[in-house]
Amino acid sequence: MINRRHLRAALPFLSLAIVLAATFYVQPRTMSYFGLNLMLQYAIPIALATIAQMFVITVNDLDLSIGPFVGLVGCISATLLLNDPLLGILALLACIAAYGLVGALIHIRNLPSIVVTLGLSFVWLGIAVLILPSPGGKAPVWLKAIMSFQMPWVPLPIIAAILIGGIVHVALMTSSFGVIGRGAGGNPKALQRAGWSMLKTKMIMFSIAGFFGVLAGLSLLGLTTSADAHVADRYTLYSIAGVILGGGEFIGGRVSPMGSVVGALTLALAGAFLIFLKISPDWQIGAQGAILIIVLAMRALITSGEARR
Amino acid sequence: MTLHAIKLDGVEKSFGAVRALAGVDLVVSAGECLGLVGHNGAGKSTLMHVLTGTLSPDTGSITVGGVTISGEWSAAASQSAGIRCVFQELSLCPNLSVAENARIMHRPLKGFGWKKRASELIRAKLDEIFPSHGIDPDDEIADLPIGKRQMAEIARAFTVMSDPLRLVILDEPTSSLDAVTAEQLLAYIGKETAKGTAVILISHLLGEILSASNRIVVMKDGKSVAERPAGGFDRASLVAAMGSEAHSAKSHSIKSEAATDASPILVKAHPDGSATGPEMIVRKGEVIGLAGLAGHGQTRTLLQIFSRDHASVDAPMSFIAGDRQTDGVFNLWSIARNVTIRSLKSLTRYGLIDSEAEERLADEWKNRMAIRTPDMDNNILTLSGGNQQKALFARALASDATVILMDDPMRGVDIGTKLEVYDMIRSEAANGRSFIWYTTEFDELAYCDRVYVFRNGKISDEINAGSISEERILQASFAESAA
Repeated sequence: MINRRHLRAALPFLSLAIVLAATFYVQPRTMSYFGLNLMLQYAIPIALATIAQMFVITVNDLDLSIGPFVGLVGCISATLLLNDPLLGILALLACIAAYGLVGALIHIRNLPSIVVTLGLSFVWLGIAVLILPSPGGKAPVWLKAIMSFQMPWVPLPIIAAILIGGIVHVALMTSSFGVIGRGAGGNPKALQRAGWSMLKTKMIMFSIAGFFGVLAGLSLLGLTTSADAHVADRYTLYSIAGVILGGGEFIGGRVSPMGSVVGALTLALAGAFLIFLKISPDWQIGAQGAILIIVLAMRALITSGEARR
Repeated sequence: MTLHAIKLDGVEKSFGAVRALAGVDLVVSAGECLGLVGHNGAGKSTLMHVLTGTLSPDTGSITVGGVTISGEWSAAASQSAGIRCVFQELSLCPNLSVAENARIMHRPLKGFGWKKRASELIRAKLDEIFPSHGIDPDDEIADLPIGKRQMAEIARAFTVMSDPLRLVILDEPTSSLDAVTAEQLLAYIGKETAKGTAVILISHLLGEILSASNRIVVMKDGKSVAERPAGGFDRASLVAAMGSEAHSAKSHSIKSEAATDASPILVKAHPDGSATGPEMIVRKGEVIGLAGLAGHGQTRTLLQIFSRDHASVDAPMSFIAGDRQTDGVFNLWSIARNVTIRSLKSLTRYGLIDSEAEERLADEWKNRMAIRTPDMDNNILTLSGGNQQKALFARALASDATVILMDDPMRGVDIGTKLEVYDMIRSEAANGRSFIWYTTEFDELAYCDRVYVFRNGKISDEINAGSISEERILQASFAESAA
């Protein structure tokens, strides 16, 4: 018997395969080490930002500030981290701590996370512009070296995607702590009745999100080699779309790390595919939205079939 | 002196003006199954929340295993003292597997191989309580039918890791179990108490209480009012203990002048959703009460009538919500807007709202309901709870609705306001309006022409005004055993 839940879990992989096949069909030259590397390299920061978003969605919140946050991390890294590594590391740690505090604020004051993070997105952008008023700065050499590393046989982005997805899967889906994190999204009351602190859980989940946001910023800077406060503004929507494409749901603690990474890859590939189709960049974001709607419609079909059964 | 598992002395808990617990003294001995019964609002669920640490008492002391709790009493403290509870509304995480839910209860389930240990723990307990249960520890809760979820939660409550198991509270544990599994559970309670664990059993099935418990405590108005060994009670004496002498004599005998058996029938409904089950009939000018234990289908029936599902309704309706904050008031709007929202159709001119007519209507109802405010344009939240409720009544009564559905609307309303509203209901009924009134307060049934008592989502009794008594309602609310 085919379990519909499994079918739904397979959907993100299926979508990726379809987009990949379509890309190969339109532009056969992409079917090479170099081609894949070029198409997928920007998927690494998107995947990391998507994982960050996923940790926030796990506890039934939404982070509308992840894009500007990634931009801020880039600006910090291209200036502070480059010139004074110790200060730079402290600044990045402060960014992660700030995320933890946002989680605490949202929980204690019972505020809607959408409002809080929407406000914060302007704060991050403001700080980034203060640090780096016009695009510039330089990526630390080691960061560039990591991001341009040529893996033998398999392109780096693919290895990175498997590593990120695998590590987060173990941490969130199979570890005993991950159970608490997901439980906090599934039934917060039950968790509290069992004596767990929702405050601590939310702070930890938000801090992990901050951590992955920092990784996203660093990897993006390693690719672009110079920073711009606005470079990652689109990441907010990409990350949410990635989580949802990957089989996650906005509430109920249902997320999939592997799926989220695959969702991020699909979005990055869809961008490349649309370029190959010579669709003007003006239409691209709309076309990506259409892909998202198609996948979600398929999922809704599967789910409604499940409910009828 | 016998060893006691837990002891409460003079525990009190109030929510605003409502005294949920009015000085409870309770001793549960080790190895005892204590049956706990009481009607709506008797304080059972508040008591449970105090025991499990999710509420802390205002005054009074809690003694666990001979040690009086002096520090902060919290869910974590209760957990490590070995107190577990199976709540009526399930507290499992639906997105996690059975084994993962066991992990949430037990902190030591961590590190390498925790999942295997969790699976074995919960599987062994399920096998022990419910042989041939058919639940796999890897099953996700959301995929399990309600009965199996309840089995998983019960088994989880009885699993033991590092903390000792001292007391398990079961709140309506058999509500979703079939007869066989319910029997298995009751047999297991006997085995578990023989090992020295204490159990508190709460159930509306009196047969279950009488057969499974050693001792029975009856709660009423936030206090324990009777306490005897189970053998000292029978069904009749339990029901009698839950009621009160003063009530049983009182009943209302004035039938609405407007409503006679010849009055037109406005509403016909089958609360159980079948075409053949007991039918509810509402005639023009009648006040119909829905009684029974909370959560036995009364609110669902009101919503069913409101959406005309398995119900034929021959009149415009209006719904007065009980939970004001969630379902009732628009809390950013003025009092006037809150009152007139249901009547906008009659207040429009050329497709726009006629603000003068709106104001007139609001002022008229301010006077008729005696809403205490200097200005109807003030925000609705400037009113006291009782006056907010009056505004909601005004919303319904100002409309063209002739059938008014009320979902326990007097919760947390002061007695003065209540009396004013009761008069209003009677006079509106005399003018030909019909009311369907779900109430958890026995006193309010005295204003009804007919009462339907609900049990397990079905009508279990139909009582006419002359013969409404608390005893009869309790009899119909509590079943002998699972049907």
